Amino acid sequence: MTPTLAADVHAVTTAADGGALSFAWLLIAFPLAGAAILLLGGRRANAWGHWLAIAAALASFAWAVLGLVDLLGRAPEGRSVAVEVYRWIEVGGFRADVSLLVDPLSITFALLITGVGSLIHVYSVGYMSHDENRRKFFAYLNLFVAAMLVLVLADNYLLLFLGWEGVGLASYLLIGFWQHKPSAAVAAKKAFLINRVGDIGLLIAIMLMFTTFGTVAFTPLFESVGGAGQGVMTAIGLLLLLGACGKSAQLPLQAWLLDAMEGPTPVSALIHAATMVTAGVYLIVRSGPVFEAAPTAQLVVTVVGAATLLAGAAIGCAKDDIKKALAGSTMSQIGYMVLAAGLGPIGYAAAIAHLVTHGFFKAGLFLGAGSVMHGMNDEVDMRRYGGLRKAMPITFATFGAGYLAIIGVPFLSGWWTKEGIIQAAFDSGGVTGQILGWATLLGAGLTAFYMSRIMFMTFFGKKRWADDAHPHESPSSMTVPMIVLAVGSVALGAVLVFNYTLAGFLAPVVGAPHHEFDLAHMVTSPYSLIALAFMLVGVAFAWVRYARADVPVEAPKGNFVTVAAREELYGNALNEGLFMRPGQVVTAASTAFDNHAVDGLVNGVARWIRTGSENLRLVQTGFARSYALTMLFGAAVVVATTLGVTFA
Amino acid sequence: MIPLGLPEPTAPALTTQAPDLDYWLLSPLLVVFAVGVVGVLVEAFVDRRHRRLTQLVLALAGVGAAFVLTLLQVGSLPEQGAGVGVAFATVAVDRPTLFFQGTILVLAFISLLLIAENRDGESAFAAQAAAVPGSEEERAHVLAGSQHTEVYPLVMFAVLGMQLFPASNDFLTMFIALEVMSLPLYLLCGLARRRRLFSQEAAVKYFLLGAFSSAFFLFGIAMVYGYAGSVHFADVYAAVGAGGAGVIEDGEPLLLIGMALIGVGLLFKVGAVPFHNWKPDVYQGAPTPITALMASCTLVAAFGALLRVFYVAFGASVWEWRPMLWVVAILTMVLAAVIAVTQRDIKRLLAYSSVVHAGFVLTAVVAASADGLAGAMFYLAAYGFTTIGAFAVVTLVRAPEGGAEAGDLAQWAGLARTSPFLAGALGLFLLAFAGIPLTSGFIGKFAVFEAAVAAGATPLVVVGVLSSAVTAFFYVRIIVLMFFAEPAETAPRVLRPGGLTGTVIGVGIAATVLLGVFPGPVLDNLLPQPSAEAAVGTQPSGAGIVPEDMFVR
Repeated sequence: MTPTLAADVHAVTTAADGGALSFAWLLIAFPLAGAAILLLGGRRANAWGHWLAIAAALASFAWAVLGLVDLLGRAPEGRSVAVEVYRWIEVGGFRADVSLLVDPLSITFALLITGVGSLIHVYSVGYMSHDENRRKFFAYLNLFVAAMLVLVLADNYLLLFLGWEGVGLASYLLIGFWQHKPSAAVAAKKAFLINRVGDIGLLIAIMLMFTTFGTVAFTPLFESVGGAGQGVMTAIGLLLLLGACGKSAQLPLQAWLLDAMEGPTPVSALIHAATMVTAGVYLIVRSGPVFEAAPTAQLVVTVVGAATLLAGAAIGCAKDDIKKALAGSTMSQIGYMVLAAGLGPIGYAAAIAHLVTHGFFKAGLFLGAGSVMHGMNDEVDMRRYGGLRKAMPITFATFGAGYLAIIGVPFLSGWWTKEGIIQAAFDSGGVTGQILGWATLLGAGLTAFYMSRIMFMTFFGKKRWADDAHPHESPSSMTVPMIVLAVGSVALGAVLVFNYTLAGFLAPVVGAPHHEFDLAHMVTSPYSLIALAFMLVGVAFAWVRYARADVPVEAPKGNFVTVAAREELYGNALNEGLFMRPGQVVTAASTAFDNHAVDGLVNGVARWIRTGSENLRLVQTGFARSYALTMLFGAAVVVATTLGVTFA
Repeated sequence: MIPLGLPEPTAPALTTQAPDLDYWLLSPLLVVFAVGVVGVLVEAFVDRRHRRLTQLVLALAGVGAAFVLTLLQVGSLPEQGAGVGVAFATVAVDRPTLFFQGTILVLAFISLLLIAENRDGESAFAAQAAAVPGSEEERAHVLAGSQHTEVYPLVMFAVLGMQLFPASNDFLTMFIALEVMSLPLYLLCGLARRRRLFSQEAAVKYFLLGAFSSAFFLFGIAMVYGYAGSVHFADVYAAVGAGGAGVIEDGEPLLLIGMALIGVGLLFKVGAVPFHNWKPDVYQGAPTPITALMASCTLVAAFGALLRVFYVAFGASVWEWRPMLWVVAILTMVLAAVIAVTQRDIKRLLAYSSVVHAGFVLTAVVAASADGLAGAMFYLAAYGFTTIGAFAVVTLVRAPEGGAEAGDLAQWAGLARTSPFLAGALGLFLLAFAGIPLTSGFIGKFAVFEAAVAAGATPLVVVGVLSSAVTAFFYVRIIVLMFFAEPAETAPRVLRPGGLTGTVIGVGIAATVLLGVFPGPVLDNLLPQPSAEAAVGTQPSGAGIVPEDMFVR
């Protein structure tokens, strides 16, 4: 394999040949139309709305497959295709077209979003069957898919931002879908607010890029990154990272993701595990040329990734709520991806590969968790589970496949892609590379521990069910998607990594494939063996604590580490102390100022005018003689003014 | 005795030559005049039953024809210069004249529709004005269905005066135009069908105060004549430029006093504070269609005349007249807005609103520039359409019994529940008065304020903006009252708009929205765009001279 330095070749062709790619906007149009019909159709659409939504998602998926076929039919360097849709904004020198960029990176995301998205649409039919707002739920899901596709298919930052905000909106609507629960409403608001912080970062980055380069379109912008100063590039990089942190729940903007589990489980699987939260990784990889021109920003990216991967794992170890434990895991796994993306070209392919496999196995795990909850009266406390493998065999098997994949059992999906990241970290060299590498290894051990903990507490051991629990297997509309995802969890990694498939496909966009994906190297690498050892230790430790020993129904008090992890490492306390309380004080102060000073002033003026008006009305006596007198005075004033100005 | 060095009177033109009139350029005036005269004959010779229709068709046709002629004249203006002087240069035909005349004719056409509205055989006018209110004779006439179709010729004569007023190119012609315009209006004000005493009181007040103001105007003319030795605007302008006409030594006080007194006469007509007292009483007492005519056409005509006097005759004395207009504009915008806050009668409120709007237009006059002229022209046209629409709505809301209009705002509460379209239309007009974007009112305010700022009158604009904030309060209060208040105990009787009134309201809405959304075609074509070198050469605010290329001199 001769690595081509294709990262510099951003030759973009236009799709004027009438192929599938010329109509790439259909990808977005299908789910968008679905959302519109469902939302505007009202109650009439209740009966068939969810089928329409599924059809829209599937149509979009089918078109993405066609697009992939089209791309594969082109020469590797001709696989970046611009699709102009229409002119959106043109103000002065600023121009933003709505045009799409279909290239290996975006089509990979499009396939993941529409593929996993379709499966989760199907799953939701069963999961939401008893919810009276099911139509609205599917409308929001469609809206999300459309917005996410805008995000990844945009060929400029402004359109990307539109999609970015769109997925934020969909996420907000879906987290708070059960808005009658105060906790869900609060969680939605929290997610929205924290995401605003990141969004502002991204927005400022876009403005900065426009002032620096005079464009926000990817291709011309990346071609001119060399011309900007180091300080500006670092600032842009850090602001982009801030945006990525918000959307991908990375430190320090991680606090919303665990609360976001208030949303229905399919939402957690699709948005808060498989797709939306990985948008930050997409942003960093897509902006690769920007980060490569700003080494400081790259370093910060890797540090954020490493810190989050450990923090997320620690939180995952302590949570008893199955979805929150999985959410901690999501944070941690995205930490891996961010770390890899921060490494530059040697890490991009690894990051994306892990992103795709993670999309499958984490979605599968969430759907499994949803299936368990569905059978257990929406119980989420794992201390109330136990011994479910017999009651729910399919769920057990599919969840188990995802479990084995994520902890990195050799030759399953997670192993291929996680090894890639570990290798890339060590290969980046220097002390930094060593520190990052050991962080990923430690993370692998922790992953094995917390995932085994979930597995054992849920499916093994004694039954600790609540009295009214009658666990049963879920309907086929739910199990079929889980089975498909389980197959992906097992096999997808090999397909993508073996023989450089994905790395080679992505190479024209993100850079050359590297030899870390060599199978022989992977098996024999010392780090691979260390990772395996760490994993076995983690599993064993969990087995001792949660499978062999009895799990108490009440959580034990635990030492300070456990307590800290349960409290999500005091992230919320920090936010509350640093931002919420001062914010509340400012709010109260400005309200008081508004109520007393501003309103007082306004009302005072209004009162004063009214009094003046009442008095002035009296001048209007109705007598012509007094009117004439007024006119006479007026004439005197006018004459006096005219004379006075000239002669005084 | 002041030694007057007046020139020896030249031989009168009578003996030497017949007046050489350009009948083509005078035709819009002549058509309206002819229709008025024919209207009088119709009163004498046409059968009573057919009179109303005959008069209406005549009047509409006359006004329409005059408008078409005015439009045609725009095309026939000479390439060079602003326009031409007609009839010994006593009448100026230039772009401002034609714009004001065209606007007056369109607005008069719409007002005529409102005037002609007949409901259950009842017009808005007294059955027999000469009958004592409440007398047997009046009852008899009401029962007999008598109508005052003399209204139409009277309106025609008033419109003739309005057309001539902004076109006059010397003070005497202007004074005649003023009287031709005013005398029919005095009469028309007293012809209301309901509350006749009220209406007659308004007419008498209007007449007395109008006569008073005419006296000021005439006195001012005499003063200026004393200074310049002529009543022609061009001569006055030349005399000011030359530092006096040599008629009298140190004559400047004469000029200044004359200028101020002529200003008083004109400011009375536009209704600026402190010469506004007549407006609320007259607007309230007059038949509402006549109020609409006065609020739109008279205002346009009066401002046209005011602009011509100050921009042409006193075009070189900007520094002298500007302080006076500053004072009046500020007083107008502030006092009228404040008094309007506590008005409880819709027609009085609209009267005060009209006063405030006059103040806003004055800020454009103060600018003494082409922008100021264009801004004032646009503002007047936009306001005219909106205000006719608003008064048309007023004619439809009647007291529960007796058929008089429900002027009291308390009765308008909750009107949107029963008549959403009517309330919506009035709401739109009020928003336009308040200057909300996407209505013509916003563009108009923007145009006049922009001109004023460009001419250095920023403090005036600050006062103007504050004043519009106060006015927005009472406009929006009516909207809130109509849309969000519980309906009053004695709900008014809302008439369905007939074809005529409906057309008036529709035109009002269309003009308000179109001029607000697409102001460009009108705003950009009001005046010929100054060429580049001309724009560089003129310094309107610095020189104290109004740019010369807008008017005939």
